[in-house]
Amino acid sequence: MSSAITTGFTPQAKARPPRAPGENYLNVAFGVKSWLLTTDHKRIAILYLVTLTILFFIGGAAATVIRLNLMTPNGELVPADTYNKLFTAHGIIMVWFFLVPVVPTVLGNFLVPMMIGARDLAFPKINLLSWYVFTIGAIITLWALLAGGVDTGWTFYTPFSSKYARTNVIPTMLGIFISGFSSIMTGLNFIATMHTMRAPGLTWWRMPLFLWAHYAVSVIQVLATPVLAMALILVGVERVWGVGIFDPELGGDPVLFQHLFWFYSHPVVYIMLLPSMGITSEVITCFARKPIFGYVFIVWSSIGIAVLGFLVWAHHMFVAGQSVYSALIFSALSYLVAVPSAIKVFNWTATLYKSSIAFETPMLFAMGFVALFTMGGLTGLFLACLGVDLHVHDTYFVIAHFHFIMVGGAVMGYMAGLHFWWPKMTGRMYSDFLSKLAALIIFVGFILTFLPQFVLGYLGMPRRYHVYPPEFQVLNVMSSAGASILAVGYVLPLFYMLWSLYAGKPSGPNPWNATGLEWQTPSPPPPHNFDETPIVTTGPYEYSMEESALVH
Amino acid sequence: MFAEVPLFPEQASTTAQRVDALFFFLCTVCGTMAVLIAALVLYFAFKYHRRAEDERTPRILGNNRLEWFWTITPLFVFLIMFLWGASVYTSVALPPPDAMEIFVVGKQWMWKIQHPSGQREINELHIPVDQPIKLTLTSEDVIHNFSVPAFRTKIDVIPGRYVQIWFQPTKVGNYHLFCSQYCGTSHSNMVGTVIVMEREEYREWLASQAATGSLADQGRQLFLKFQCITCHSADAAARAPVLEGLYGRTVPLKDGRTVVADDAYLRESILYPEAKVVQGWEPIMPTFKGQVEEEDLIKLLAFIKSLKPGQTPVRNEEASPPLDAPKVPPGGNPKPRESVPTYRPQGKSTQP
Repeated sequence: MSSAITTGFTPQAKARPPRAPGENYLNVAFGVKSWLLTTDHKRIAILYLVTLTILFFIGGAAATVIRLNLMTPNGELVPADTYNKLFTAHGIIMVWFFLVPVVPTVLGNFLVPMMIGARDLAFPKINLLSWYVFTIGAIITLWALLAGGVDTGWTFYTPFSSKYARTNVIPTMLGIFISGFSSIMTGLNFIATMHTMRAPGLTWWRMPLFLWAHYAVSVIQVLATPVLAMALILVGVERVWGVGIFDPELGGDPVLFQHLFWFYSHPVVYIMLLPSMGITSEVITCFARKPIFGYVFIVWSSIGIAVLGFLVWAHHMFVAGQSVYSALIFSALSYLVAVPSAIKVFNWTATLYKSSIAFETPMLFAMGFVALFTMGGLTGLFLACLGVDLHVHDTYFVIAHFHFIMVGGAVMGYMAGLHFWWPKMTGRMYSDFLSKLAALIIFVGFILTFLPQFVLGYLGMPRRYHVYPPEFQVLNVMSSAGASILAVGYVLPLFYMLWSLYAGKPSGPNPWNATGLEWQTPSPPPPHNFDETPIVTTGPYEYSMEESALVH
Repeated sequence: MFAEVPLFPEQASTTAQRVDALFFFLCTVCGTMAVLIAALVLYFAFKYHRRAEDERTPRILGNNRLEWFWTITPLFVFLIMFLWGASVYTSVALPPPDAMEIFVVGKQWMWKIQHPSGQREINELHIPVDQPIKLTLTSEDVIHNFSVPAFRTKIDVIPGRYVQIWFQPTKVGNYHLFCSQYCGTSHSNMVGTVIVMEREEYREWLASQAATGSLADQGRQLFLKFQCITCHSADAAARAPVLEGLYGRTVPLKDGRTVVADDAYLRESILYPEAKVVQGWEPIMPTFKGQVEEEDLIKLLAFIKSLKPGQTPVRNEEASPPLDAPKVPPGGNPKPRESVPTYRPQGKSTQP
């Protein structure tokens, strides 16, 4: 009745050098230098966590002003130029400096080595370098956004961005360009680590779905990010030297940019989403105390999403004057990419059948993820549908849809993961009551914010409008009211999470009785994770095996 | 107050009814799917919530038959959605042959409209009800998007090329016209009104608008003003192809290719004459890029489109006829001049 059998964890004979009792990655060294020069993947994860949390609240502040401004049809709060800079800043920060990196660099960095039974990532120094590169990129872009701003929208459509915009286009793009390298480094690191450093017995088909999701994401990051880098360089070249690439006056094609941009920026949605799907699989199995339903199908659906995600980019251009044939092909492919997502939702639902569900905070977030992601996915079917896209393209229908996917989906999943592994990362439990309250507030606030936007979109309200016809006001006020609730929901965790560091009760190594190698170490984990290399003898999620009753 | 809050947009075109039918179909299918999943999750959550700390669960790992069922079924449903959506989209792709053509030029931040009979308006589009309308659009600067929610249609208006949409309004009234593609500071003020009128009312409106001749007439003036006639003349000394009856024809090019003389080709040949040189002619034409504005291009095109055999102006005609020249009815054209030799095929001279 050692916990070893139940989780497939068997201590191997070879022992690491002894460490002081109670020593962990947080208390092994102190001081600024011990953080800024660390190569410990867990400490780098914390560096990312702090950086990204700050960026999230900056991006959120921009959203707050946007929603406040939209409470009146005449946009009395801020002038048009400021409004345009605000939604651009909101998009750029949230997409490139929060959603894309957040799960891989915080939870992925912390957990990938631990889940595969390794002591660190394959390239610990590159891992640290990626944080520096990311931070430099973020600072440059933030500086550009604050000192004058940029008003192109996060999509940088040409020839507006390459010729007409009189704002900080080049420095903003430079920051994004630089941070892209961090994305590639993280992806390469994860791929190398998962290929070469899995513990004995941890075959590919025994890997937790969180790892599969990160594998798929890493492949997308490595393949797609360079295309964005090229697209941004081309805009810069045209803007600075007047080389005709996108500007028709110079013989260029403005729509070419959209192809290049969306070739990256559609897969990027899956970079945001896949890790949260992985988290959901981990959390649901743990709190349903049951193995995942259809493991192999979920793995293949992740790979399917990663591959098909590259083949749907032109659905962003159904009304951009592309040929009818091209529209037909990309519509069909877009429907195809919806299938693997549907498979995941069905499997998560089936996992709950005959389970034993404990409604702890991470489970509430995960169920919120499933609900909101399902709604986001289903409304995506409307946009993939050529006849309907004709009407709702570039309206608030699209805004609502992708916020359901990227905020309702990706952020909800991240919150589930953060609450799930917080005790592992810090060794402390947060307030049970406040965290459940936050989950509820975020869910309700989110629905109230974005549901009215579907109606607004079908009514025809275009996106990026500083002023709008007065008949749209009631729905906009409803949306803004919801956003204020949502804001409370996002600020709340900041307080109880920080509070838990001082006053939270110790969590113990495995507060949720979860399987998975990361739970076999003390919380917080020792600097090198495992004193002995674990040997894996079973698949993940063996929550229903005989021995599980014996744990604790 | 809430009684005045619209929750559904007005249906004012034949497209609107088709798009809405499809939309309701999607709502029904997706709504059913959502309710089904939600009901299952809630039922499981209620039925299987943990009652005792040491509760056990059966080790269910999956069911391949079930997996294939919920892989194939959505695929089938999606196929129906795709086909229906495609049929609506393709039906609005091609305008009917009897559609009335109106030209739209977008610029930061206004819509400039040119009617075939020469009337111009800004941020307003007057059209008759129950008449198919074909819009040909281009932009002077950045990408805009011409969108009329009540018609359920929109199109990106792209600089450097012509795009087209068509619709058939079914209901008299005033409808929003939005720019739906972000285009800079006053993007949200690049709005206007589409005014759908009874046919009779529309005719009265047209008559009340000042117009110095039809678009084709105005194009003819430009044809003389820019000295196009010097080379594109219909006499023996012509140094460039005659443009009579050119529109819609297949033109052989110097490099052996052929091209259909559509709007895009004519536009390109005026702005970038060397891009496609007609077989049998030398590339001697200078570029008119930077000299001809988008709106003037549209007039020139209208003139070339209207040019029937024998209608090319004589070379020494004064560039600017008096402003009070007799007004030509829409679609009508100046009488052919007897002195001018009639239609000659293109590519005559150096061709063996």
